Amino acid sequence: MTSLPQPLPGATKLGLVIDLDTCVGCHACAVNCKEWNTGGHHAPLPDHQPYGAEPDGVWFNRIHSYEAQAPGCGGRTVNFPRSCLHCEQPQCVTVCPTGASYKRAEDGIVLINTDICIGCKLCSWACPYGAREFDEDAGVMKKCTLCIDRIYNTSLPEAEREPACVATCPSRARHFGDLGDPDSAVSKLVAARGGVALMPELGYQPTNRYLPPRKAQIALPPAEAPTQAGTGVGAALLSLLDRVLSR
Amino acid sequence: MKPANSVLLLTTLTGFGYGLLAWLGIFAALGVLPHRAWLVPVGIAVSLGLASAGLIASTLHLGRPERAWRAFSQWRSSWLSREGVAAMLTYLPALAFAALWWGVGPNAASTRLMGLLAALAGLGTVYCTAMIYASLKPIRQWHNQHTAPDYMIFALFSGGLLFAAALAWTGAALSLAVSLALVITIIAAFAKNAYWRFIDQQTPLTTLASATGLAAFGPVTTLDQPHFTENYILREMGYQIARKHAAKLRRLVLLIGFAAPALLLLLALAGFAPGFATILAVILAAMGLFAERWLFFAEATHVAAMYYGRPG
Repeated sequence: MTSLPQPLPGATKLGLVIDLDTCVGCHACAVNCKEWNTGGHHAPLPDHQPYGAEPDGVWFNRIHSYEAQAPGCGGRTVNFPRSCLHCEQPQCVTVCPTGASYKRAEDGIVLINTDICIGCKLCSWACPYGAREFDEDAGVMKKCTLCIDRIYNTSLPEAEREPACVATCPSRARHFGDLGDPDSAVSKLVAARGGVALMPELGYQPTNRYLPPRKAQIALPPAEAPTQAGTGVGAALLSLLDRVLSR
Repeated sequence: MKPANSVLLLTTLTGFGYGLLAWLGIFAALGVLPHRAWLVPVGIAVSLGLASAGLIASTLHLGRPERAWRAFSQWRSSWLSREGVAAMLTYLPALAFAALWWGVGPNAASTRLMGLLAALAGLGTVYCTAMIYASLKPIRQWHNQHTAPDYMIFALFSGGLLFAAALAWTGAALSLAVSLALVITIIAAFAKNAYWRFIDQQTPLTTLASATGLAAFGPVTTLDQPHFTENYILREMGYQIARKHAAKLRRLVLLIGFAAPALLLLLALAGFAPGFATILAVILAAMGLFAERWLFFAEATHVAAMYYGRPG
Protein backbone atom coordinates (compact mmCIF):
# COMPACT_ATOMS: atom_id res chain seq x y z
CA MET A 1 0.00 0.00 0.00
CA THR A 2 1.16 3.49 -0.72
CA SER A 3 -0.69 4.77 2.32
CA LEU A 4 1.90 5.58 4.98
CA PRO A 5 2.44 3.33 8.00
CA GLN A 6 0.98 4.60 11.26
CA PRO A 7 3.83 6.45 13.04
CA LEU A 8 4.50 4.88 16.44
CA PRO A 9 6.21 6.73 19.30
CA GLY A 10 9.77 5.52 19.69
CA ALA A 11 9.77 3.77 16.32
CA THR A 12 13.09 3.17 14.59
CA LYS A 13 13.91 5.83 12.00
CA LEU A 14 17.07 4.86 10.18
CA GLY A 15 18.77 7.71 8.40
CA LEU A 16 21.93 9.64 7.70
CA VAL A 17 23.56 12.59 9.38
CA ILE A 18 25.79 14.53 7.01
CA ASP A 19 28.42 16.88 8.35
CA LEU A 20 28.77 19.91 6.08
CA ASP A 21 31.71 21.07 8.19
CA THR A 22 33.95 18.15 7.35
CA CYS A 23 32.69 17.12 3.91
CA VAL A 24 35.53 17.75 1.48
CA GLY A 25 33.45 17.24 -1.67
CA CYS A 26 35.52 14.30 -2.93
CA HIS A 27 32.50 12.39 -4.41
CA ALA A 28 33.74 9.14 -2.82
CA CYS A 29 30.27 8.54 -1.30
CA ALA A 30 28.63 8.92 -4.71
CA VAL A 31 31.15 6.57 -6.32
CA ASN A 32 30.97 3.87 -3.66
CA CYS A 33 27.18 4.16 -3.64
CA LYS A 34 27.07 3.61 -7.38
CA GLU A 35 29.56 0.74 -7.09
CA TRP A 36 27.54 -1.06 -4.42
CA ASN A 37 24.09 -0.36 -5.78
CA THR A 38 24.82 -1.30 -9.37
CA GLY A 39 25.14 -4.81 -7.92
CA GLY A 40 22.61 -4.40 -5.10
CA HIS A 41 18.87 -4.15 -4.47
CA HIS A 42 18.25 -1.85 -7.48
CA ALA A 43 20.88 -3.39 -9.77
CA PRO A 44 21.94 -2.56 -12.38
CA LEU A 45 22.13 1.23 -12.44
CA PRO A 46 22.33 2.75 -15.95
CA ASP A 47 25.76 4.10 -16.81
CA HIS A 48 25.80 5.45 -20.35
CA GLN A 49 28.99 6.74 -21.94
CA PRO A 50 30.85 6.79 -18.61
CA TYR A 51 34.02 7.96 -20.34
CA GLY A 52 32.35 9.71 -23.30
CA ALA A 53 31.40 13.29 -23.99
CA GLU A 54 27.87 12.98 -22.56
CA PRO A 55 28.01 10.67 -19.54
CA ASP A 56 24.56 9.89 -18.14
CA GLY A 57 23.12 7.51 -15.62
CA VAL A 58 21.38 6.97 -12.32
CA TRP A 59 23.17 8.07 -9.16
CA PHE A 60 21.71 8.08 -5.66
CA ASN A 61 24.14 10.74 -4.45
CA ARG A 62 24.87 14.05 -6.15
CA ILE A 63 27.59 16.21 -4.64
CA HIS A 64 26.95 19.93 -5.03
CA SER A 65 29.01 22.81 -3.80
CA TYR A 66 27.64 26.11 -2.68
CA GLU A 67 28.87 29.42 -1.40
CA ALA A 68 27.23 30.71 1.74
CA GLN A 69 27.55 34.42 2.42
CA ALA A 70 28.10 34.62 6.15
CA PRO A 71 28.01 38.16 7.51
CA GLY A 72 31.48 39.38 8.44
CA CYS A 73 33.49 36.43 7.13
CA GLY A 74 33.00 36.58 3.38
CA GLY A 75 31.97 33.66 1.22
CA ARG A 76 32.18 30.18 2.61
CA THR A 77 32.43 27.13 0.37
CA VAL A 78 30.19 24.27 1.47
CA ASN A 79 30.24 20.84 -0.14
CA PHE A 80 26.80 19.37 -0.12
CA PRO A 81 26.00 15.69 -0.74
CA ARG A 82 22.35 15.26 -1.75
CA SER A 83 20.49 11.94 -1.43
CA CYS A 84 17.14 10.54 -0.29
CA LEU A 85 16.16 11.83 3.16
CA HIS A 86 13.73 8.95 3.94
CA CYS A 87 11.02 11.43 4.94
CA GLU A 88 8.34 10.70 7.51
CA GLN A 89 5.75 12.27 5.19
CA PRO A 90 7.09 11.15 1.81
CA GLN A 91 4.72 12.38 -0.90
CA CYS A 92 6.69 10.21 -3.35
CA VAL A 93 5.03 7.23 -1.64
CA THR A 94 1.44 8.48 -1.42
CA VAL A 95 1.26 9.60 -5.09
CA CYS A 96 2.35 6.16 -6.35
CA PRO A 97 -0.60 4.57 -8.20
CA THR A 98 0.66 0.99 -8.02
CA GLY A 99 1.98 0.43 -4.53
CA ALA A 100 5.52 0.12 -5.87
CA SER A 101 6.70 2.96 -3.62
CA TYR A 102 6.44 2.24 0.05
CA LYS A 103 7.75 3.26 3.44
CA ARG A 104 8.77 0.44 5.77
CA ALA A 105 7.02 0.53 9.14
CA GLU A 106 9.89 -1.23 10.93
CA ASP A 107 12.70 1.23 10.13
CA GLY A 108 11.25 4.07 8.05
CA ILE A 109 13.25 3.27 4.91
CA VAL A 110 11.52 4.44 1.69
CA LEU A 111 11.86 1.81 -1.03
CA ILE A 112 10.62 0.95 -4.52
CA ASN A 113 9.41 -2.45 -5.63
CA THR A 114 10.79 -2.27 -9.18
CA ASP A 115 8.86 -5.44 -10.12
CA ILE A 116 5.55 -3.56 -10.05
CA CYS A 117 6.69 0.03 -10.82
CA ILE A 118 5.04 1.25 -14.06
CA GLY A 119 7.52 4.09 -14.58
CA CYS A 120 4.98 6.95 -14.46
CA LYS A 121 7.61 9.20 -12.81
CA LEU A 122 5.01 10.89 -10.60
CA CYS A 123 7.03 10.05 -7.46
CA SER A 124 10.01 11.98 -8.79
CA TRP A 125 7.73 14.98 -9.37
CA ALA A 126 6.48 14.71 -5.79
CA CYS A 127 9.98 14.80 -4.26
CA PRO A 128 11.30 18.32 -3.58
CA TYR A 129 14.79 16.97 -2.91
CA GLY A 130 15.34 15.49 -6.37
CA ALA A 131 16.21 12.16 -4.78
CA ARG A 132 14.62 9.79 -7.31
CA GLU A 133 16.14 9.10 -10.70
CA PHE A 134 14.49 7.25 -13.56
CA ASP A 135 16.14 4.17 -15.05
CA GLU A 136 15.51 4.61 -18.78
CA ASP A 137 16.86 1.11 -19.52
CA ALA A 138 14.53 -0.75 -17.17
CA GLY A 139 11.66 1.76 -17.44
CA VAL A 140 11.31 2.01 -13.67
CA MET A 141 12.19 4.50 -10.95
CA LYS A 142 15.25 4.00 -8.74
CA LYS A 143 16.31 5.55 -5.46
CA CYS A 144 18.58 5.31 -2.43
CA THR A 145 17.79 2.16 -0.42
CA LEU A 146 19.87 3.27 2.57
CA CYS A 147 21.85 0.18 1.51
CA ILE A 148 19.20 -2.11 2.91
CA ASP A 149 21.24 -4.97 1.46
CA ARG A 150 24.27 -3.96 3.58
CA ILE A 151 22.82 -2.79 6.87
CA TYR A 152 20.94 -6.05 7.49
CA ASN A 153 23.42 -8.25 5.64
CA THR A 154 24.55 -10.95 8.08
CA SER A 155 27.14 -12.24 5.61
CA LEU A 156 29.08 -8.99 6.10
CA PRO A 157 31.23 -8.42 9.21
CA GLU A 158 29.19 -6.40 11.70
CA ALA A 159 31.40 -3.31 11.34
CA GLU A 160 30.60 -3.17 7.63
CA ARG A 161 26.84 -3.20 8.08
CA GLU A 162 26.40 0.47 7.24
CA PRO A 163 25.54 2.27 3.98
CA ALA A 164 28.26 2.31 1.32
CA CYS A 165 28.43 6.12 1.39
CA VAL A 166 29.06 6.10 5.15
CA ALA A 167 31.61 3.31 5.01
CA THR A 168 33.73 5.01 2.36
CA CYS A 169 33.71 8.65 3.51
CA PRO A 170 37.38 9.60 4.10
CA SER A 171 36.55 12.58 6.30
CA ARG A 172 33.86 10.82 8.38
CA ALA A 173 31.32 13.37 7.23
CA ARG A 174 28.54 10.79 6.98
CA HIS A 175 26.97 9.00 9.92
CA PHE A 176 24.29 6.32 9.96
CA GLY A 177 21.94 5.38 12.77
CA ASP A 178 18.53 5.48 14.38
CA LEU A 179 17.25 9.04 14.49
CA GLY A 180 14.08 7.86 16.24
CA ASP A 181 16.10 7.02 19.37
CA PRO A 182 17.14 10.20 21.22
CA ASP A 183 20.01 8.32 22.90
CA SER A 184 21.60 7.02 19.69
CA ALA A 185 25.02 8.35 18.65
CA VAL A 186 23.53 10.11 15.61
CA SER A 187 20.77 11.77 17.64
CA LYS A 188 23.32 13.02 20.15
CA LEU A 189 25.48 14.32 17.32
CA VAL A 190 22.51 16.19 15.84
CA ALA A 191 21.69 17.68 19.24
CA ALA A 192 25.29 18.71 19.93
CA ARG A 193 25.88 20.30 16.53
CA GLY A 194 22.45 21.81 15.89
CA GLY A 195 21.63 19.50 12.98
CA VAL A 196 18.92 20.75 10.63
CA ALA A 197 16.28 19.27 8.35
CA LEU A 198 16.19 20.48 4.74
CA MET A 199 13.19 22.59 3.67
CA PRO A 200 11.13 21.80 6.79
CA GLU A 201 8.52 24.33 5.57
CA LEU A 202 7.38 21.91 2.85
CA GLY A 203 6.18 19.46 5.50
CA TYR A 204 7.90 16.25 4.32
CA GLN A 205 9.56 15.79 7.73
CA PRO A 206 12.84 14.36 6.44
CA THR A 207 14.64 11.85 8.68
CA ASN A 208 18.17 12.76 7.55
CA ARG A 209 19.87 15.70 9.20
CA TYR A 210 22.64 18.02 8.01
CA LEU A 211 25.18 19.45 10.45
CA PRO A 212 25.88 23.07 9.51
CA PRO A 213 29.51 24.17 9.12
CA ARG A 214 31.06 25.42 12.34
CA LYS A 215 31.49 29.18 12.50
CA ALA A 216 34.95 30.32 11.42
CA GLN A 217 37.35 30.37 14.41
CA ILE A 218 40.42 31.80 12.69
CA ALA A 219 40.89 35.50 13.42
CA LEU A 220 42.41 37.51 10.58
CA PRO A 221 45.75 39.21 11.51
CA PRO A 222 45.35 42.97 11.89
CA ALA A 223 46.53 44.92 8.84
CA GLU A 224 49.90 46.59 9.51
CA ALA A 225 50.41 50.28 8.90
CA PRO A 226 52.70 50.89 5.90
CA THR A 227 56.26 51.75 6.92
CA GLN A 228 57.56 55.06 5.71
CA ALA A 229 61.40 55.23 5.39
CA GLY A 230 61.73 58.69 3.96
CA THR A 231 62.03 59.58 0.25
CA GLY A 232 64.41 58.81 -2.61
CA VAL A 233 65.66 55.65 -4.32
CA GLY A 234 67.03 54.08 -1.16
CA ALA A 235 63.79 54.54 0.64
CA ALA A 236 61.86 53.04 -2.31
CA LEU A 237 64.15 50.00 -2.30
CA LEU A 238 63.69 49.59 1.45
CA SER A 239 59.95 49.85 1.04
CA LEU A 240 60.00 47.18 -1.68
CA LEU A 241 62.15 44.92 0.50
CA ASP A 242 59.74 45.44 3.36
CA ARG A 243 56.78 44.42 1.18
CA VAL A 244 58.56 41.29 -0.10
CA LEU A 245 59.65 40.20 3.36
CA SER A 246 56.22 40.88 4.79
CA ARG A 247 54.56 38.30 2.53
CA MET B 1 8.59 20.72 -15.97
CA LYS B 2 9.18 18.91 -19.25
CA PRO B 3 6.06 19.01 -21.43
CA ALA B 4 5.68 15.39 -22.60
CA ASN B 5 3.41 14.99 -25.63
CA SER B 6 1.68 11.94 -24.13
CA VAL B 7 0.56 13.91 -21.08
CA LEU B 8 -0.48 16.94 -23.14
CA LEU B 9 -2.63 14.64 -25.28
CA LEU B 10 -4.05 12.91 -22.21
CA THR B 11 -5.21 16.10 -20.53
CA THR B 12 -6.55 17.87 -23.65
CA LEU B 13 -8.30 14.84 -25.21
CA THR B 14 -9.92 13.70 -21.97
CA GLY B 15 -11.00 17.33 -21.46
CA PHE B 16 -12.80 17.30 -24.83
CA GLY B 17 -14.27 13.84 -24.25
CA TYR B 18 -15.49 14.19 -20.68
CA GLY B 19 -16.56 17.80 -21.33
CA LEU B 20 -18.80 16.64 -24.19
CA LEU B 21 -20.13 13.84 -21.99
CA ALA B 22 -20.99 16.38 -19.29
CA TRP B 23 -22.93 18.62 -21.70
CA LEU B 24 -24.83 15.69 -23.21
CA GLY B 25 -25.70 14.33 -19.78
CA ILE B 26 -26.73 17.65 -18.24
CA PHE B 27 -28.85 18.65 -21.26
CA ALA B 28 -30.52 15.24 -21.26
CA ALA B 29 -31.14 15.40 -17.51
CA LEU B 30 -32.77 18.82 -17.91
CA GLY B 31 -34.79 17.53 -20.87
CA VAL B 32 -33.47 20.15 -23.28
CA LEU B 33 -31.47 17.83 -25.56
CA PRO B 34 -33.04 17.55 -29.06
CA HIS B 35 -34.90 14.26 -29.40
CA ARG B 36 -32.83 12.55 -32.07
CA ALA B 37 -32.40 8.83 -31.38
CA TRP B 38 -28.84 8.72 -32.70
CA LEU B 39 -27.63 11.94 -31.04
CA VAL B 40 -26.63 10.46 -27.67
CA PRO B 41 -25.18 7.16 -28.97
CA VAL B 42 -23.02 9.04 -31.50
CA GLY B 43 -22.15 11.74 -28.96
CA ILE B 44 -21.12 9.13 -26.39
CA ALA B 45 -19.06 7.28 -29.02
CA VAL B 46 -17.19 10.50 -29.86
CA SER B 47 -16.82 11.42 -26.19
CA LEU B 48 -15.55 8.02 -25.05
CA GLY B 49 -13.43 7.74 -28.19
CA LEU B 50 -11.61 10.99 -27.39
CA ALA B 51 -11.24 10.14 -23.71
CA SER B 52 -9.95 6.64 -24.55
CA ALA B 53 -7.45 8.08 -27.04
CA GLY B 54 -6.19 10.37 -24.28
CA LEU B 55 -5.95 7.52 -21.79
CA ILE B 56 -4.09 5.33 -24.29
CA ALA B 57 -1.73 8.23 -25.07
CA SER B 58 -0.98 8.55 -21.37
CA THR B 59 0.23 4.96 -21.18
CA LEU B 60 2.89 5.83 -23.80
CA HIS B 61 4.42 8.04 -21.10
CA LEU B 62 5.01 4.99 -18.87
CA GLY B 63 8.33 3.20 -18.64
CA ARG B 64 6.45 -0.13 -18.40
CA PRO B 65 3.08 0.30 -20.20
CA GLU B 66 2.32 -3.42 -19.90
CA ARG B 67 1.99 -2.96 -16.15
CA ALA B 68 -0.51 -0.05 -16.47
CA TRP B 69 -3.31 -2.14 -14.94
CA ARG B 70 -1.52 -1.98 -11.60
CA ALA B 71 -2.34 1.74 -11.42
CA PHE B 72 -5.94 0.97 -10.36
CA SER B 73 -4.89 -0.35 -6.96
CA GLN B 74 -3.86 2.66 -4.83
CA TRP B 75 -6.97 4.86 -5.04
CA ARG B 76 -6.85 5.36 -1.26
CA SER B 77 -3.82 7.66 -1.49
CA SER B 78 -2.97 8.40 -5.14
CA TRP B 79 -4.82 10.83 -7.42
CA LEU B 80 -3.28 9.10 -10.45
CA SER B 81 -4.83 5.84 -9.31
CA ARG B 82 -8.15 7.59 -8.65
CA GLU B 83 -8.04 9.04 -12.16
CA GLY B 84 -7.62 5.56 -13.61
CA VAL B 85 -10.46 4.12 -11.54
CA ALA B 86 -12.76 7.08 -12.30
CA ALA B 87 -12.00 6.82 -16.03
CA MET B 88 -12.91 3.12 -16.05
CA LEU B 89 -16.07 3.67 -13.97
CA THR B 90 -17.20 6.46 -16.32
CA TYR B 91 -17.64 3.98 -19.19
CA LEU B 92 -20.53 2.31 -17.30
CA PRO B 93 -22.98 5.23 -16.87
CA ALA B 94 -21.92 6.70 -20.24
CA LEU B 95 -22.71 3.49 -22.14
CA ALA B 96 -25.88 2.93 -20.09
CA PHE B 97 -26.98 6.51 -20.86
CA ALA B 98 -26.55 5.92 -24.62
CA ALA B 99 -28.40 2.59 -24.42
CA LEU B 100 -31.30 4.04 -22.40
CA TRP B 101 -31.62 7.06 -24.71
CA TRP B 102 -31.79 4.76 -27.71
CA GLY B 103 -33.88 2.00 -26.14
CA VAL B 104 -36.13 3.60 -23.50
CA GLY B 105 -36.28 7.12 -24.86
CA PRO B 106 -35.15 10.65 -23.97
CA ASN B 107 -38.01 11.40 -21.60
CA ALA B 108 -37.62 8.35 -19.36
CA ALA B 109 -36.53 9.15 -15.81
CA SER B 110 -33.87 6.42 -16.00
CA THR B 111 -32.34 8.03 -19.11
CA ARG B 112 -32.23 11.46 -17.53
CA LEU B 113 -30.80 10.13 -14.27
CA MET B 114 -28.16 8.11 -16.13
CA GLY B 115 -27.26 11.23 -18.16
CA LEU B 116 -26.65 13.12 -14.92
CA LEU B 117 -24.59 10.24 -13.52
CA ALA B 118 -22.48 10.05 -16.69
CA ALA B 119 -21.87 13.82 -16.56
CA LEU B 120 -20.79 13.64 -12.91
CA ALA B 121 -18.50 10.65 -13.57
CA GLY B 122 -16.84 12.43 -16.50
CA LEU B 123 -16.30 15.64 -14.55
CA GLY B 124 -15.11 13.59 -11.59
CA THR B 125 -12.43 12.02 -13.78
CA VAL B 126 -11.30 15.46 -14.95
CA TYR B 127 -11.13 16.54 -11.30
CA CYS B 128 -8.91 13.55 -10.46
CA THR B 129 -6.59 14.43 -13.37
CA ALA B 130 -6.37 18.01 -12.13
CA MET B 131 -5.64 16.86 -8.58
CA ILE B 132 -2.64 14.83 -9.78
CA TYR B 133 -1.04 18.18 -10.58
CA ALA B 134 -2.66 20.26 -7.84
CA SER B 135 -1.44 17.86 -5.13
CA LEU B 136 2.26 18.10 -6.03
CA LYS B 137 3.69 20.32 -3.31
CA PRO B 138 7.11 21.01 -4.91
CA ILE B 139 5.54 22.70 -7.98
CA ARG B 140 4.06 26.07 -7.04
CA GLN B 141 2.46 26.70 -10.45
CA TRP B 142 0.37 23.54 -9.98
CA HIS B 143 -0.08 23.28 -6.21
CA ASN B 144 -2.58 26.14 -5.90
CA GLN B 145 -6.29 26.87 -5.89
CA HIS B 146 -6.40 27.55 -9.66
CA THR B 147 -5.45 24.13 -11.01
CA ALA B 148 -8.52 22.03 -10.19
CA PRO B 149 -11.22 24.57 -11.18
CA ASP B 150 -9.24 25.49 -14.31
CA TYR B 151 -9.15 21.89 -15.53
CA MET B 152 -12.92 21.59 -15.02
CA ILE B 153 -13.52 24.90 -16.81
CA PHE B 154 -11.31 23.91 -19.76
CA ALA B 155 -13.05 20.53 -20.02
CA LEU B 156 -16.46 22.22 -20.08
CA PHE B 157 -15.12 24.80 -22.55
CA SER B 158 -13.65 22.32 -25.04
CA GLY B 159 -16.55 19.87 -24.59
CA GLY B 160 -19.02 22.75 -24.92
CA LEU B 161 -17.63 23.73 -28.32
CA LEU B 162 -17.80 20.10 -29.45
CA PHE B 163 -21.38 19.89 -28.13
CA ALA B 164 -22.38 23.06 -29.99
CA ALA B 165 -20.83 21.64 -33.19
CA ALA B 166 -22.69 18.35 -32.72
CA LEU B 167 -26.03 20.16 -32.29
CA ALA B 168 -25.31 22.42 -35.26
CA TRP B 169 -24.94 19.36 -37.46
CA THR B 170 -28.24 17.88 -36.21
CA GLY B 171 -29.95 21.06 -37.37
CA ALA B 172 -31.60 21.40 -33.96
CA ALA B 173 -32.26 24.67 -32.16
CA LEU B 174 -28.84 25.96 -31.24
CA SER B 175 -29.15 29.15 -29.29
CA LEU B 176 -29.07 27.65 -25.76
CA ALA B 177 -26.03 25.40 -26.40
CA VAL B 178 -24.09 28.05 -28.34
CA SER B 179 -24.86 30.77 -25.80
CA LEU B 180 -23.67 28.56 -22.96
CA ALA B 181 -20.56 27.62 -24.96
CA LEU B 182 -19.88 31.32 -25.47
CA VAL B 183 -20.25 32.00 -21.76
CA ILE B 184 -17.87 29.19 -20.80
CA THR B 185 -15.36 30.38 -23.45
CA ILE B 186 -15.29 33.81 -21.82
CA ILE B 187 -14.99 32.22 -18.35
CA ALA B 188 -12.13 30.02 -19.59
CA ALA B 189 -10.24 33.02 -21.03
CA PHE B 190 -10.62 34.94 -17.77
CA ALA B 191 -9.60 31.89 -15.72
CA LYS B 192 -6.42 31.43 -17.77
CA ASN B 193 -5.55 35.10 -17.48
CA ALA B 194 -6.10 35.02 -13.74
CA TYR B 195 -3.85 31.93 -13.51
CA TRP B 196 -1.05 33.60 -15.45
CA ARG B 197 -1.29 36.73 -13.30
CA PHE B 198 -1.20 34.49 -10.22
CA ILE B 199 1.92 32.52 -11.18
CA ASP B 200 3.71 35.70 -12.29
CA GLN B 201 3.22 37.20 -8.84
CA GLN B 202 3.98 34.04 -6.89
CA THR B 203 7.10 33.95 -4.75
CA PRO B 204 9.26 30.79 -4.79
CA LEU B 205 8.24 28.19 -2.20
CA THR B 206 11.61 28.17 -0.51
CA THR B 207 15.18 29.34 -0.85
CA LEU B 208 18.44 27.61 -1.69
CA ALA B 209 19.53 28.48 1.86
CA SER B 210 16.64 26.45 3.29
CA ALA B 211 17.16 23.65 0.74
CA THR B 212 20.77 23.26 1.86
CA GLY B 213 20.21 23.82 5.58
CA LEU B 214 22.49 26.86 5.46
CA ALA B 215 19.85 29.46 6.29
CA ALA B 216 21.76 30.51 9.43
CA PHE B 217 24.66 31.66 7.24
CA GLY B 218 22.76 33.98 4.92
CA PRO B 219 22.19 33.85 1.19
CA VAL B 220 23.51 30.78 -0.66
CA THR B 221 24.65 30.58 -4.29
CA THR B 222 25.74 27.63 -6.41
CA LEU B 223 29.47 27.22 -6.88
CA ASP B 224 30.24 23.96 -8.71
CA GLN B 225 27.72 21.65 -10.35
CA PRO B 226 27.81 17.96 -9.36
CA HIS B 227 28.07 16.99 -13.04
CA PHE B 228 28.69 18.73 -16.33
CA THR B 229 25.91 17.08 -18.35
CA GLU B 230 22.15 17.08 -17.85
CA ASN B 231 20.75 14.27 -15.72
CA TYR B 232 17.21 12.95 -15.26
CA ILE B 233 16.38 15.58 -12.63
CA LEU B 234 17.43 18.46 -14.89
CA ARG B 235 15.79 17.05 -18.03
CA GLU B 236 12.50 16.35 -16.26
CA MET B 237 12.30 19.12 -13.66
CA GLY B 238 14.80 21.74 -14.74
CA TYR B 239 13.00 22.54 -18.01
CA GLN B 240 13.39 26.22 -18.80
CA ILE B 241 11.47 28.41 -21.22
CA ALA B 242 12.47 31.94 -22.18
CA ARG B 243 10.07 34.55 -20.81
CA LYS B 244 9.66 36.20 -24.19
CA HIS B 245 8.60 32.88 -25.78
CA ALA B 246 6.16 32.27 -22.96
CA ALA B 247 4.65 35.74 -23.44
CA LYS B 248 4.27 35.13 -27.18
CA LEU B 249 2.65 31.74 -26.63
CA ARG B 250 0.28 33.20 -24.06
CA ARG B 251 -0.95 35.76 -26.59
CA LEU B 252 -1.33 32.98 -29.17
CA VAL B 253 -3.41 30.93 -26.72
CA LEU B 254 -5.69 33.89 -26.00
CA LEU B 255 -6.08 34.59 -29.70
CA ILE B 256 -6.65 31.17 -31.26
CA GLY B 257 -7.75 29.33 -28.13
CA PHE B 258 -10.38 31.72 -26.82
CA ALA B 259 -10.92 34.89 -28.94
CA ALA B 260 -11.30 33.18 -32.33
CA PRO B 261 -13.70 30.46 -31.03
CA ALA B 262 -15.74 33.17 -29.27
CA LEU B 263 -16.10 35.12 -32.54
CA LEU B 264 -17.04 31.96 -34.43
CA LEU B 265 -19.68 31.15 -31.80
CA LEU B 266 -21.11 34.65 -32.27
CA LEU B 267 -21.31 33.96 -36.01
CA ALA B 268 -23.06 30.66 -35.32
CA LEU B 269 -25.46 32.41 -32.96
CA ALA B 270 -26.23 34.93 -35.72
CA GLY B 271 -27.10 31.99 -37.96
CA PHE B 272 -24.09 32.37 -40.22
CA ALA B 273 -22.93 28.86 -41.32
CA PRO B 274 -23.29 27.46 -37.77
CA GLY B 275 -22.11 23.97 -38.73
CA PHE B 276 -18.89 25.24 -40.28
CA ALA B 277 -18.29 27.97 -37.67
CA THR B 278 -18.63 25.61 -34.69
CA ILE B 279 -16.37 22.96 -36.23
CA LEU B 280 -13.71 25.60 -36.93
CA ALA B 281 -14.11 26.82 -33.35
CA VAL B 282 -13.42 23.28 -32.09
CA ILE B 283 -10.28 22.96 -34.23
CA LEU B 284 -8.89 26.34 -33.15
CA ALA B 285 -9.72 25.69 -29.51
CA ALA B 286 -7.96 22.33 -29.71
CA MET B 287 -4.81 24.00 -31.05
CA GLY B 288 -5.07 26.76 -28.44
CA LEU B 289 -5.60 24.32 -25.59
CA PHE B 290 -2.66 22.17 -26.69
CA ALA B 291 -0.45 25.28 -26.53
CA GLU B 292 -2.06 26.23 -23.21
CA ARG B 293 -1.29 22.78 -21.79
CA TRP B 294 2.27 22.95 -23.13
CA LEU B 295 2.73 26.22 -21.23
CA PHE B 296 1.15 24.70 -18.11
CA PHE B 297 4.08 22.29 -18.04
CA ALA B 298 6.85 24.44 -19.51
CA GLU B 299 6.22 27.34 -17.13
CA ALA B 300 6.00 25.10 -14.06
CA THR B 301 9.16 25.03 -11.95
CA HIS B 302 10.20 22.37 -9.46
CA VAL B 303 11.88 22.98 -6.11
CA ALA B 304 14.51 20.30 -6.82
CA ALA B 305 15.86 22.36 -9.74
CA MET B 306 17.00 24.94 -7.19
CA TYR B 307 19.79 22.61 -6.10
CA TYR B 308 21.26 23.24 -9.54
CA GLY B 309 20.72 27.00 -9.36
CA ARG B 310 17.67 26.95 -11.62
CA PRO B 311 14.38 28.61 -10.71
CA GLY B 312 12.28 26.54 -8.31
